[in-house]
Amino acid sequence: MQIFKLANAASPTTQKAAVNKLNFYYGGYQALKNINMVVHEKQVTALIGPSGCGKSTFLRCFNRMHDLYPHNHYEGEILLYPDNENILSPEVDPIEVRMRISMVFQKPNPFPKSIFENVAYGLRIRGVKRRSILEERVENALRNAALWGEVKDRLGDLAFNLSGGQQQRLCIARALATDPEILLFDEPTSALDPIATASIEELISDIKNKVTILIVTHNMQQAARVSDYTAYMYMGELIEFGATDNIFIKPKNKQTEDYITGRFG
Amino acid sequence: MNNTDNINEIRTIIARHKRWDLLALVAGIIALMIAVLTFIALFGNMVIDGMPRLTWEFFTSFPSRKPEIAGILSAWVGTTLVMLVTAAAAVPLGVAAGVYLEEYAPKNFITEIIEINVTNLAGVPSIIYGLLALGLFVYQLGLGQSILAAGLTLALLILPIVIVATREAIRSIPVTIREGAYALGATKWQTVADHVVPYSAAGILTGIIIGLARAIGETAPIITIGALTFIAFLPPSPVQDQFPFLSFEWLMEPFTVMPIQMFNWISRPQEAFQHNAAAAGLVLVLMTLLMNGLAIYLRYHLRKKIKW
Amino acid sequence: MVRVPAPAVSHRPKSLHHNHKRHLKERIIELLLFLAAFFSVFITFAIIYLLISESLVFFEHVSLWDFLTDTQWTPLFDDAHYGILPLVSGTAVSSLVALAIALPFGTIIAIYLSEFAPFLVREIAKPFLELLGGIPTVVYGYFALLFVTPMLQTIFPNLPGFSLLSAGLVMGIMIIPYVSSMTEDAMRSVPMHLREGSYAIGATRFQTAVKVVMPASLSGIAAAYILGISRAVGETMVVAIAAGMQPNLVWNPMEPAATITTYIVQVSLGDLPHGSVGYQTIFAAGLTLLLLTLVFNILGHLLRKRFREVY
Repeated sequence: MQIFKLANAASPTTQKAAVNKLNFYYGGYQALKNINMVVHEKQVTALIGPSGCGKSTFLRCFNRMHDLYPHNHYEGEILLYPDNENILSPEVDPIEVRMRISMVFQKPNPFPKSIFENVAYGLRIRGVKRRSILEERVENALRNAALWGEVKDRLGDLAFNLSGGQQQRLCIARALATDPEILLFDEPTSALDPIATASIEELISDIKNKVTILIVTHNMQQAARVSDYTAYMYMGELIEFGATDNIFIKPKNKQTEDYITGRFG
Repeated sequence: MNNTDNINEIRTIIARHKRWDLLALVAGIIALMIAVLTFIALFGNMVIDGMPRLTWEFFTSFPSRKPEIAGILSAWVGTTLVMLVTAAAAVPLGVAAGVYLEEYAPKNFITEIIEINVTNLAGVPSIIYGLLALGLFVYQLGLGQSILAAGLTLALLILPIVIVATREAIRSIPVTIREGAYALGATKWQTVADHVVPYSAAGILTGIIIGLARAIGETAPIITIGALTFIAFLPPSPVQDQFPFLSFEWLMEPFTVMPIQMFNWISRPQEAFQHNAAAAGLVLVLMTLLMNGLAIYLRYHLRKKIKW
Repeated sequence: MVRVPAPAVSHRPKSLHHNHKRHLKERIIELLLFLAAFFSVFITFAIIYLLISESLVFFEHVSLWDFLTDTQWTPLFDDAHYGILPLVSGTAVSSLVALAIALPFGTIIAIYLSEFAPFLVREIAKPFLELLGGIPTVVYGYFALLFVTPMLQTIFPNLPGFSLLSAGLVMGIMIIPYVSSMTEDAMRSVPMHLREGSYAIGATRFQTAVKVVMPASLSGIAAAYILGISRAVGETMVVAIAAGMQPNLVWNPMEPAATITTYIVQVSLGDLPHGSVGYQTIFAAGLTLLLLTLVFNILGHLLRKRFREVY
């Protein structure tokens, strides 16, 4: 299999999204404080920081997952390019946002359906009915998620019968099938063993030429391995953001350095 | 010396406490045995009295003034048709209500009223539903003493059971599954209809079966709406051999059901009728045992199978 | 392996703004689901409205004072009396007999299943009790009339063919599964560390059950008892079959009597014209029954609040 490897350095890229003065509240509790950041197109941006720093909360702003629960509210904006539209605006439909910005979760969460139906689901709710199109796109997604070879003979099997790592790759295929512009990963390997983790990491490097990726991880080696840009967060604030190499080799901020070198966190 | 006294004293105390333990254990087993024996007596009594009457003719004959040729044809047909109406009304309504309360309802005053209300409805004696049906269905809506009126009455009665079972089944579906669907751009209804309801179907089905098993045996509300007890004919068949093949005439027909037929035979002074009652009771008990058993099996299977 | 090129973007929405057609559909569905849920409130209102409106007509003919104090209930006779007391006494006596059976036995079974029984016994006993609770009441009525009454008559030769005692006993057995299953659920929900605390200071199982587990699950047990009471009060068919249907103001379980519920059955079996006073009596009786069960439900609610366990 041919593997696309882009240089792990911040080459000049176009912006996919820009976060401006983002505040987020769970009821009366402010979880994100005045965050400003850019997301580069077809690059991997890692969000790191100690538990409870707000990195998952931040990630879930990008596809408006917070809208599912009451008493949450956003301030500020996340501009999505090239539309130049604030996806947090009340006029924007969270469903339209999620159709373009998908997500892979901490624990693999395949639906209790067949492997095929799991991957096809996103297409079905977009109105794709023709069997031939579904089959073609499911195959593509599974190939892109490096799962096709393992499951091509048992697409009708229940997804629960796959191993944990395979399930997570299935969830990635499910998200890729609908051709999202941004793919959000929320600690995608925290429930997996080291071998499955390695395959997911390889996959992330593999697909970043197709899709812009944001990944939350508590594993700094992982951030260093897979990402082009890194954002370090602490207590709901964005402390430092830059090219991964710079952040890891010569962080500007003392706090970032302490965290990266394992002095706290 | 003092030390040994102390130890002996403690040993006596422990022995006394252990006697209480034994006593509680024996009492528990005896109480359970009483329940078992009651069941054996109830079932055995009916088998002895009713078994000889359980012939093929018993199922294919109408009730009669002569006990030896009387049967339960109109009763079991009536029960089947009434259950059709009950299921058709209670299942969509109960599942929809359960889905609303679990997936949609905001935390507010109205939701709380509905929740308290469902709990309270479950505790309302069945005969009160009979009075409601008598006033509302039979007279105000003019349905008369029909299969439709009886089916709707029992539907109201089992509605809380279906609602509670639906809610419990839905609650067991992890939030990660819902988020997985939402993250792909599914709407709330798509998430509910494609995932939440199908994945909780077995649990919901369990509740429906338990509810219908309850409805099959209900007697008091059916008596209250004034159901006739001597029915020696069948309602027109729902399936016709001519276009449009389906007929709903049966909905408005008078009827009898199994428990009413049994009650009717119990109230006769002749012993022969009471044997008929035993036979009808046997059929009724087997029906409810079968349904409840199926529900228990489903639930047991469910608990073992799904690990999210 | 050759990578298949990703197909061209085809199902990507054009605008991020609200899709009004989809939004409308979602709202309509939500409204329909809400109406289904709200329907249960409608049922309650319909019950209350119907019972009260028919009872109001009834109380135009009969004074509330007579209804509550007259000691005879003979609405269908020429010399009609409308005193609810005989029906209330029948209801009370049959319920007390039933509860005297159901509460102690239900509790003992619950203690046994929750604290003593080995896993296998519990796995078999629980569904068995559930099946027992699912048997139709008319069958229990048959059992009371044709098995329990003759059996009791060998002990008490003076026992009449219809009696509150026989009906109450069978009703009690019928209610045992409800009480035991709810009580057991309440006891099982007590966290293990409370029991371990008790065992650690040398308490036996029985002591732990009575002194630790039961007090900790008091609100659940109270709710189970209340449910048992309200089932006994509202039970119809067993009493209708085995206790006769004559309204007698009696407090002796060895006598036949009518309860509120059996009176409704008796009238429904006859042919009373819609709108007559006789027709309205069953709604007045029903209202009384509903109020009685309501009192127990509220009592249960208060008890639960009062003893809300905090672990």
